[in-house]
Amino acid sequence: MDFLSIINSAASEILSPTTAAFALATIGLNIHFGYSGLLNFGQAGFMAIGAYAFAIFTMMVDPTATLGWPVWLSFIAAVLVAIVAAVVFALILGIPTLRLRGDYLAIVTIAAAEIIRFSVRTQDLTAITGGSQGLRGADYKGDFDAMNPLTGTTYGFGPWTATAYDTWVRIVAWSLVIVALVLVWLLMRSPWGRVIKGIREDEDAVRSLGKNVYGYKMQALVLGGVLGAVAGVMFVLPRAVQPDNFATTMTFYIWTALLLGGAATVFGPLLGSVLFWVLLSFTGGVINLLHGMGVFGDMSGSQAGQIRFVLIGIALMVLVIFRPQGILGNKKELSFNV
Amino acid sequence: MSDTTTPPTTHPLVDGEVGPGCKKVDPIVVADGVVRQFGGLTAVDVAHVEIPRGMITALIGPNGAGKTTFFNLLTGFDRPNKGSWSFEGQSLAHVPSHKVARRGMVRTFQLTKSLGRLTVLQNMLLGARDQRGEGIFAALLKPLWAKQEQANTERADALLARFKLDAKREDYAASLSGGQRKLLEMARALMSEPSLVMLDEPMAGVNPALTQSLLDHVKGLKAEGMTVLFVEHDMHMVRHISDWVIVMAEGKVVAEGPPETIMQNQAVVDAYLGAHHDTDLGTLTNQQVAQINEAAEEEVPVDPEASATDSETRTGGATRITAADDEEGQR
Repeated sequence: MDFLSIINSAASEILSPTTAAFALATIGLNIHFGYSGLLNFGQAGFMAIGAYAFAIFTMMVDPTATLGWPVWLSFIAAVLVAIVAAVVFALILGIPTLRLRGDYLAIVTIAAAEIIRFSVRTQDLTAITGGSQGLRGADYKGDFDAMNPLTGTTYGFGPWTATAYDTWVRIVAWSLVIVALVLVWLLMRSPWGRVIKGIREDEDAVRSLGKNVYGYKMQALVLGGVLGAVAGVMFVLPRAVQPDNFATTMTFYIWTALLLGGAATVFGPLLGSVLFWVLLSFTGGVINLLHGMGVFGDMSGSQAGQIRFVLIGIALMVLVIFRPQGILGNKKELSFNV
Repeated sequence: MSDTTTPPTTHPLVDGEVGPGCKKVDPIVVADGVVRQFGGLTAVDVAHVEIPRGMITALIGPNGAGKTTFFNLLTGFDRPNKGSWSFEGQSLAHVPSHKVARRGMVRTFQLTKSLGRLTVLQNMLLGARDQRGEGIFAALLKPLWAKQEQANTERADALLARFKLDAKREDYAASLSGGQRKLLEMARALMSEPSLVMLDEPMAGVNPALTQSLLDHVKGLKAEGMTVLFVEHDMHMVRHISDWVIVMAEGKVVAEGPPETIMQNQAVVDAYLGAHHDTDLGTLTNQQVAQINEAAEEEVPVDPEASATDSETRTGGATRITAADDEEGQR
């Protein structure tokens, strides 16, 4: 593996569908944490809910085959099922915790995300969720593939070359990212966004001005969760559904991306996600190269591969200490001790 | 305080005789039997109180008297164990705090709650009520709320000018001084056009230069027809601006009256200084000493000559020291 191919694979991450899926999940988390001050440590749980609901609906109900629906309709129906599942999940999490202090939500979300992951892993549910093996991509990608208007073999150039199916996923995923960004921008310039940001600063003050704080927090939790679920759908379209992809590590990647780009900014989550994946790929490549040259001595390849996570951890610490507002954040906004 | 002039027993605001829990001619808030307990501690136990409409009423009392807890109960920020209270004739029991505010009863906080990472103008706009753009779907379409937003902004600018905060319009609220934050909080509360403004210690932490302007603003609220209820420790302010004073101590309303005479009320003096503040508890009367000695003798017989004076008991034997210890304990 030479240096050029490292650069190449790092650059390819910029447009990869995984990055788009991450950007969507991070935009959702930004609504939670950046704007509303909700400590959601279970964004991976929302992604898992979305991915499983989408895949299971497509496999079990399969409206194209059983009801004769056009492929686009059954695809949209499956996405809607994923969204409804995320709304229900958000309500279940929010109803008991949103009246309490923020820390309660943090604990409940991190636990709930793990409950989801362990539930879909159970052997008894293998017929539905595939157990620890997960679901095969070919079982639920049919509708989406059939919708693909691209007929050629490969598209793009340089590091951004992809097959017709991959290009189709990219187009849809990145379009959704743009829609989500516009949505956040529209909402956060409105009076609704003002109330949400007020709640982040001080709930009681907003309550004393006659706003239903509980209702607003619930709306924010649902909206960010829905974006997480859509992200989950986009995340599994280029691969298979693997329960362990939705572990807490995923949640913390999303947090890292958010803090890197800058919370409470419209483009922060996008920039953060892109940078995060480019850096992860780049450091992975460099470490692999160095390992090949014997720099790490007796370490095995997979052991050396873990070093990049150490580097990411250090980078996150440095970021939080020296630039807590992230890359796009407003320095002035965080310079106050509130 | 023995030379107190008798406080007046009638007052134009009062229907009947002046006293704790007296009926008002035109009350805006009526509370009945409101009790709030924290475990074994009864923080608030108000039998009956009425707040006169269109007046400035001060709620005073020593620390821990339950003033802020009573505020929280009235505004729905805390729930009482029992009791009923109404605002403009409508019951407020079990009404959540945001709905209390929507009915026109707006409060501020003892520890100022300015929304730090919002600008001063955004803080103000948050106060406006019935905003169409605060619904999540209407928020997406600016034409639906742009006009209302414009009107609110104009009103906010007028209020900011009145509170001399217009130069800070685009600054983050966190960059304001403590006194300016108090002003902002008051101005923000006014954005909702309340009929009753409840101020929790508006003077706490405000520098003397701003005090006068704050006093004028509170008087201005009354001039605009609003009712003001405030908690305060600063007696200068209470005497200057209030029309009526309600005194709380140990959770109960102990006195009411006009500010000119309230401090002469014996219950108020007792509440602030303690009921026995001019009684010397340190000296035992001869009768008490005799009783103590009698009790001691019943347990241990003592030579009557030796116990004649205190000094002798101290220098006496072991049994006499016991008697002296007993006496110390009584003190």
